[in-house]
Amino acid sequence: MNFYVPSHIKRLIFVFVIVISLFLMARHFLVPDSFGKYGPYRAAALDDYLLNEIHYSGQQACFECHQDIEDLKTQDVHSGIHCETCHGPGQKHVTSGDAADILKLTGREFCGSCHAINAAKPKDAIVQVDLTKHNIDKNCIECHNPHQPWEMKE
Amino acid sequence: MGNERIKSSRRKFIKSAVTIAGATVGYNWLKSSQFLLFGAEPEDKSLPWYGIVFDIQKCIGCGNCAKACKKENDVPIEPFFFRNWVEQYTVRNDGSVDIVSPNGGIDGFEQRVPDDEIFKSFFVPKMCNHCAKSPCEQVCPVGATFLSPEGIVLIDEKYCIGCRYCVQACPYGCRFIHPVKKVANKCTLCYHRLKKNLTPVCFEICPTGARMFGNLRDKNSELVKFLKEHTTQVLRPNLNTGAKLYYNALSSEVR
Repeated sequence: MNFYVPSHIKRLIFVFVIVISLFLMARHFLVPDSFGKYGPYRAAALDDYLLNEIHYSGQQACFECHQDIEDLKTQDVHSGIHCETCHGPGQKHVTSGDAADILKLTGREFCGSCHAINAAKPKDAIVQVDLTKHNIDKNCIECHNPHQPWEMKE
Repeated sequence: MGNERIKSSRRKFIKSAVTIAGATVGYNWLKSSQFLLFGAEPEDKSLPWYGIVFDIQKCIGCGNCAKACKKENDVPIEPFFFRNWVEQYTVRNDGSVDIVSPNGGIDGFEQRVPDDEIFKSFFVPKMCNHCAKSPCEQVCPVGATFLSPEGIVLIDEKYCIGCRYCVQACPYGCRFIHPVKKVANKCTLCYHRLKKNLTPVCFEICPTGARMFGNLRDKNSELVKFLKEHTTQVLRPNLNTGAKLYYNALSSEVR
């Protein structure tokens, strides 16, 4: 079996080999290391997300100090609501312990953001109050303890 | 004569040895990058495959989800870009539909239509559907958007060139260009929280339990139980996006 390869074909093959190896070399340097670990993307991008800071600490972190509030809350209708729903992001307060780092909102508008009457709110999902009629001159927390809303204050 | 015979067989041996070695090396190289050829999905079944349920019968439109999301993920308060938001749909007696979402629902809703004109009214919370066959992933010209092994659509911010194709491609309007970073931005299902065993923030702070998320692969999870027991629907099923955000009690007016 003797192949006769003409010299111009040999030169062409030589050029092809050079071009392909150049391509492979460039690819080696341009494609990031973690590319293709899970799929056609840079797997290290997932780790980049882990650098994002946490602002909401989660309810368990609150109860580690505020055991008394947990006991109050479990007895009433606000038990399903996590602390940070009303008090805002708590991670800063958890690390500093400073009362200035947590929200304590008490206005009628604030309670109304959930409890104000609106036709779109499902009737059985929430107690709705007409803020223009219900004890207009009073703040909600004068009668209701927000952690235990149905234990009426005198 | 004998000499020649040995020479030719040796050449043959070397030839076939090189062929076999080359084929092995080549096959292994191709195997590691087979996703380039077949677009194969990662099949790590040990990881969760996240799905979401929104229960419209429980949403009260307080807007806490939208507010908390902005704080947790450092989305600028203004201009009005949202990773998740709430819409109020009001169907009038004459059949016309009124859709409002003032500041994404963060400041609450005021009833614009008087009670006696309303046929029905409800809130629809919205966010990224984390589609399994997401249009935004398909149009990205630099491959900066991808589906993580957990089924979360994420953006590689270092590779995104901010061309806005994905913003147009998303049929749910869930993407925007971050006004500071100048790259595409969207819900990450709080990936940084999930990896620290915390709940994504909108699910954490929802006061009525209108939103749920969980592992679709775990057949005993609360989420799968809910999907079994309720009639749920995804948005725009005709687009075949493989959306993993299911709505309970979704009305046909919702777009």
